Amino acid sequence: MAVTFILNGESKSVDVDPQMPLLWVLRDTLNLTGTKYGCGMALCGACTVHIDGEATRSCVTPVSAVAGKKVTTIEGLSTDGSHPVQKAWMEEDVPQCGYCQSGQIMSAAALLSKKPKPTDADIDDFMSGNICRCGTYQRIRKAIHRAAGQAAAKSA
Amino acid sequence: MTTLTLDRRAFLKTSSAAGAGLLVGFYLPAHATDPAEDQEKKPPNPLNAWVHISPENKVTLILGKSEMGQGVMTALPMILAEELSVDWKNVSVQQAPTNPEIYDHGTGGSGSVAGSWLPLRRAGAAAREMLIAAAAQRWNVNPNTCKAKDGGVLHGSRKNFLTYGELAEDAAKLPIPDFKTVPLKNSDDFTIVGRDTVRVDAAEKATGKAKFGIDSRPPGLLFAVIARCPVFGGKVKSFDAAKAKSVRGVQDVFAIDPVGPGAFSAGGVVVLAENSWAAMQGREALEIAWDEGPHAEESSDWLSKQFLENASKPGKVVRNDGDADAALAGAARKVEAFYEFPFAPHATMEPMNCTVQILPDRAEAWIPTQAPQWAQDIISKVSKLPHEKVAVHTTLMGGGFGRRYQADFVMEAAQVASKTNGKPVMVLWTREDDMQHDFYRPASHHRFAGALDDQGNLLAWKHFQTSTSIQAMWRPDGEKTAEESEFATATFIPYQTPNFRIAYTLAKSGVPRAWWRSVEHSSSGFVVESFVDELAAAAKEDPLAFRLKLIGADRKIPDFTNPKEGRPLDTARLKGVLKLAAEQAGWGKPLPAGVARGIAAYFSFESYTACVAEVSVKNGAVKVHRLVYAVDCGRPINPEGVRAQVESAAIYGLSAATHDAITIKGGRVEQANFNDYDMPRMPETPKTEVHVVMSKEEPTGIGEPGLPVVTPAICNAVFALTGKRIRHLPIRAEDLA
Repeated sequence: MAVTFILNGESKSVDVDPQMPLLWVLRDTLNLTGTKYGCGMALCGACTVHIDGEATRSCVTPVSAVAGKKVTTIEGLSTDGSHPVQKAWMEEDVPQCGYCQSGQIMSAAALLSKKPKPTDADIDDFMSGNICRCGTYQRIRKAIHRAAGQAAAKSA
Repeated sequence: MTTLTLDRRAFLKTSSAAGAGLLVGFYLPAHATDPAEDQEKKPPNPLNAWVHISPENKVTLILGKSEMGQGVMTALPMILAEELSVDWKNVSVQQAPTNPEIYDHGTGGSGSVAGSWLPLRRAGAAAREMLIAAAAQRWNVNPNTCKAKDGGVLHGSRKNFLTYGELAEDAAKLPIPDFKTVPLKNSDDFTIVGRDTVRVDAAEKATGKAKFGIDSRPPGLLFAVIARCPVFGGKVKSFDAAKAKSVRGVQDVFAIDPVGPGAFSAGGVVVLAENSWAAMQGREALEIAWDEGPHAEESSDWLSKQFLENASKPGKVVRNDGDADAALAGAARKVEAFYEFPFAPHATMEPMNCTVQILPDRAEAWIPTQAPQWAQDIISKVSKLPHEKVAVHTTLMGGGFGRRYQADFVMEAAQVASKTNGKPVMVLWTREDDMQHDFYRPASHHRFAGALDDQGNLLAWKHFQTSTSIQAMWRPDGEKTAEESEFATATFIPYQTPNFRIAYTLAKSGVPRAWWRSVEHSSSGFVVESFVDELAAAAKEDPLAFRLKLIGADRKIPDFTNPKEGRPLDTARLKGVLKLAAEQAGWGKPLPAGVARGIAAYFSFESYTACVAEVSVKNGAVKVHRLVYAVDCGRPINPEGVRAQVESAAIYGLSAATHDAITIKGGRVEQANFNDYDMPRMPETPKTEVHVVMSKEEPTGIGEPGLPVVTPAICNAVFALTGKRIRHLPIRAEDLA
């Protein structure tokens, strides 16, 4: 039985075990490897995608749960790295190894969609589910503030 | 990015035949702490890196360095671009061919920039001189009237300008300058080296385009997950695969043998499937009986008891200046201390994985590895193919920290790939596998005794250590020289004392150990900087002033562990970072109530780092508010990259200080995932400032040196605040009560 959903704006239909987490459908069935595996237990945030605009850990989301929904992955956040969060990430030289960064960016983008001018406490709360072993947190915080400022400047 | 194809003969010469542009070869040392096997293999051909300029004016740097976040793919092209006078972004990097019989590749020990600085400059300068000579010939002018600029050679007015591409073929016919005498660019003229530079891979890492080892997808890829005995050294007794084989997507189930010295892989039962999820589900359905082997009784408690027993007897003397015991006996003031460390995991965000395809006539592998040579050698042995038929692609990796220098996951993948009839297979580790089958930073226990006179001068310093030595595991005779991997700078401290004694006893353990970020400096830095802090308190002196007093005059202290080749500890530079960190942190200025400062300074990987931590304690937990670093790693290639590495090491060290330990029970690791081994997260990130000394000395390492100073700085601050000395890491609530 196929599960159909909208992935980065396109309709997708996959014939897999309906319990298979969305993470593995993305990575193995659909070969979109931008979303990463870090823990499989929603503890690290590396697998973060947007489902109907909400930041969600795809490693614990069975694919059956996204039937009919809109899924956005890092590949769909922009076609060319032009999302304000991505631009801020590059300007602040955030990544090191880079493995956690897709999840960090997806979480940050979701935060900004809800709170266009987040406080440091908002950032603490919302981003605390994303681990970075390379320790880029300080730069992530700076990039989120920068993206918030840029987005505000754009809409002003 | 098109891959430059160069035949083997071309790689063996220092410059190519006509048709392929200009190729200048050179030798890049691995500069890492290589395992015993690597050290035994001496390359007969010294060339293992190349600078290539194509007729299409493309500059390529071909070398065997791995990018694991430390920024080598930015720093190394910057060095080359400086000598060549090209835009560094136009220098593309390509992985060099691997062959353990010929080349010497490896990334670790904070050695890439340090080891590459001169060789890369010389190669770039040689290429530049050849290109200038070719242009001068073509224009029939004196080469002294020509200048390398903007990716070409200029003579007089702008009308006489030829790009490197246009000159490459002619330059290739000229003799290569002697590397020892080729003129290097005057550092006063540097326009690239020393400038803050955004890393080359920031864009691909911000868009999900960066491909890590776990993202490898050769056509027809299968996935394998392995059930390994949770007890170290155990193996499969029997297994029932019936349920596993009936899981949708599972294709096969079979056992592989453990492999001992060289790979230290655990062996186990392999589930082969068409996707990662099916492989994991299949593994959960396996029924396995284990032969737990000889280490099933090992536990952290048992290890602690062994430590205590070892500490009650004299150990092997590693260094003995004067007579520390006599000095202690007659001392006005004596201080005694002990410190204990658990095993520490690497916990890279990308778990271990390796993708291998073995065909009858060749093999190919895609590996996030710090040691492609070793990987190639293992695949070659398992497949019985000669090295030149085994192609290893080094991928980006989601963290290395020394873990990916190992070959256990490569051995597994090779073993599995030899059973898939030529289909490529990825051996994928889950987080639990990664947490429980690591090569841990050793557990250790340290005993100190120090003697002070009435003026607070250091009369004696005694340091005894017992640990689950790395050397004892990795060298065939390692038990006899187990102490060699465990002390580093702790055997040549900067604090002057006439009576100095270091001793060691090996602690037995079945837990695998190897190189963790900063290796033995992670414990040595902590114990030395904690004990000197305890001495300062006993002398009732300010911790900064006390250190400066004991360090004393400017002098160079030989590296006791490597007197012939190791750079000496330059006390002027150590004092420099100590003072700079203190000054920037406002040492001595008042702090709000409930906040205190601690300081630490240390010499590691030939670099100097100091850290001041501001902490508070609340509800049985330490909060680190601020970290102020001063670092001297010689001439910084990319100061922005230096700061990033120190910020990174700060969080890695914070994790070891304030988070969880790896504990052993029943011969196995008790922790499994981030629920019982958690990492620092955004809310606890201290405000971190890094002050980089803009030194003109030779560049030295920075990937690791930020780590050894952060944990003692934090714990010294805890002492300043509470009067309680932290003796166990990670910090326990009961130690703050």
